[in-house]
Amino acid sequence: MQAMIVKEFRQMRRDRRTMALMFVVPVLMLAVFGYAARFDVARIPTAVVGSPSPEVLRALGPAFDVVRRQPSGDEAAARRLLRDSKAHVVLVAGGPPPAVLIDGTELFSAQSALRHLGGLPDTRVDVLYNANLSTAAVMVPSITGFILLFVGLFITGLGVVREREQGTLEQFAVTPLRPADVIVGKIVPYFVIAFLNLVIATLAGLWLFGVPFRGSVVLFAAFGLVFLFTVLGFGVLVSTASRTQGEAVQLAILVILPQVMVSGMFFPLQAMPAGIRWIASVMPLTYYIVGMRSVLLKAAPFAALRFPLAVLVVMAVAVFALSVLRFRRELAPAGGA
Amino acid sequence: MSWGATGLVVRFGSTAALAGVDLTIEPGRIHAVIGGDGSGKTTLLRALAEAIPVDGGSVRRPGPGRIGYVSIGGGLFPDLTVDENLDFVARVYGLSAWRDRAGELLHRAGLAAVGGRPAGVLSGGQQRKLAGILALLPEPELLVLDEVTTGVDPRSRMEIWRLVMVAAAAGSAVVVATAYLDEAERAGHVVLLHEGRVLAFGSPQSIVDAVTGTVEDVATPADPDLAWRRGAQWRQWRPAGSPAAGGRLRLEDAAIISELLAERVPRP
Repeated sequence: MQAMIVKEFRQMRRDRRTMALMFVVPVLMLAVFGYAARFDVARIPTAVVGSPSPEVLRALGPAFDVVRRQPSGDEAAARRLLRDSKAHVVLVAGGPPPAVLIDGTELFSAQSALRHLGGLPDTRVDVLYNANLSTAAVMVPSITGFILLFVGLFITGLGVVREREQGTLEQFAVTPLRPADVIVGKIVPYFVIAFLNLVIATLAGLWLFGVPFRGSVVLFAAFGLVFLFTVLGFGVLVSTASRTQGEAVQLAILVILPQVMVSGMFFPLQAMPAGIRWIASVMPLTYYIVGMRSVLLKAAPFAALRFPLAVLVVMAVAVFALSVLRFRRELAPAGGA
Repeated sequence: MSWGATGLVVRFGSTAALAGVDLTIEPGRIHAVIGGDGSGKTTLLRALAEAIPVDGGSVRRPGPGRIGYVSIGGGLFPDLTVDENLDFVARVYGLSAWRDRAGELLHRAGLAAVGGRPAGVLSGGQQRKLAGILALLPEPELLVLDEVTTGVDPRSRMEIWRLVMVAAAAGSAVVVATAYLDEAERAGHVVLLHEGRVLAFGSPQSIVDAVTGTVEDVATPADPDLAWRRGAQWRQWRPAGSPAAGGRLRLEDAAIISELLAERVPRP
């Protein structure tokens, strides 16, 4: 038995990735998620439209962090601010009584806002886009992102690594197939399957949970496809950094877990400290979730979604290009076409 | 047109797996690459097949798509059936009217009845034969086979060699790495590798003829450092003896003696 224990420790010491997974990652995750895992939004990003009296502003309370003021404007302008995710709550002081509009897709901000609005008497409160604060409506667009992440990373990564383990990847270098043929041929089926997954998961969300689809199908497809490119790129990257399927699974978990935890999928970004939000800002899933929630629930137009879509496009191009370069080096070892 | 390598160097980190290999591979001939573990056989074959980058020297090989290559343990898709594996290769190489040829190769290899079975469930020997057939199907100008007979039963080995000979007869230049020296005796040329260098190159007979000293069967070796097992007997090499006294030498004897000599001579 002692021999077995010694052997196991020796093997563990050589397997640096597993050691990292066992020691560094839990500590890192505890630190990150300890800060990220908060449901209560203490500072709700709030816009003020019109010119409310100082008493009304005072009555709003400290929970409402006024991030935007628009002295001239009406309720339509206020709704646009919510639709375009400029604020989670808008106080409209156009006419008596003042109105408070709440973005129902920001579940935790909305709940927090409803709790803290007691100080404002005679105020009309409207929860928009997700009036009964349904969790499913908010989660379904996020879950589709998780599904794409899962399919893209695990299935693609494992698919490529399996070829390497079987020795078939090496043989492609000898065939008339160009590296581009192999890469595209390898990815297209996963792309099609993952996109079908996205459509099925979204349809299931609509039918089973009554999630609305209020926005543009084109924007839905655009966010889906660009995000898919990014995750397939991650999948290929994971595969180029893994010798075995076991290593690919470990790496894929390391890529997926932080995205799921800090992308705003479960915990509101607004409740996270600035450092954690910075991490969220480099995660593709963060932008996908913002985009998909806005498309499905708020019918946000392209103009309002330019930023998250552009960030996703940049990430997709960068990750995909890097993955193709690394994969290509393996497929054309002698530097041939 | 002959293929091969000149001054071929391949390094893995600070280790030179191939340290200046010169080699000529003739069309229509079988070249057996032999040598001990770590001698550079697989590296040489991978370099010839363009499966790894080289660090020095040059490789002469046919253009893209004109090489057939079976890596150690690889060469087929286990999830696909035998027929689907063949179909994939035919599509990749743009082959037309390949089914008759595939059928004939399968028949020769005793695989005619397993076309619908997943390649992964075939026996080890059947898988190696299928990998060989997949490499042969596009009628490559250069056929590179890495230990396709290792761990395979004698009958399957014979069938694999039949396929190899068919390829050579059709004009392919064939390079086969093998751990079985009785197989290497069937090749027209033998390349004996030792620590990344060519120790001997030529016909099996010429390599045997180059041996100096005598080899004889003994029950107990007088000098164990210069002896090796064959069956229940020992083969004892005496470097100073006269060749005629040694009886019939085999390629295995010649290869072992060449390696013993190489280990005695300090590396330049």
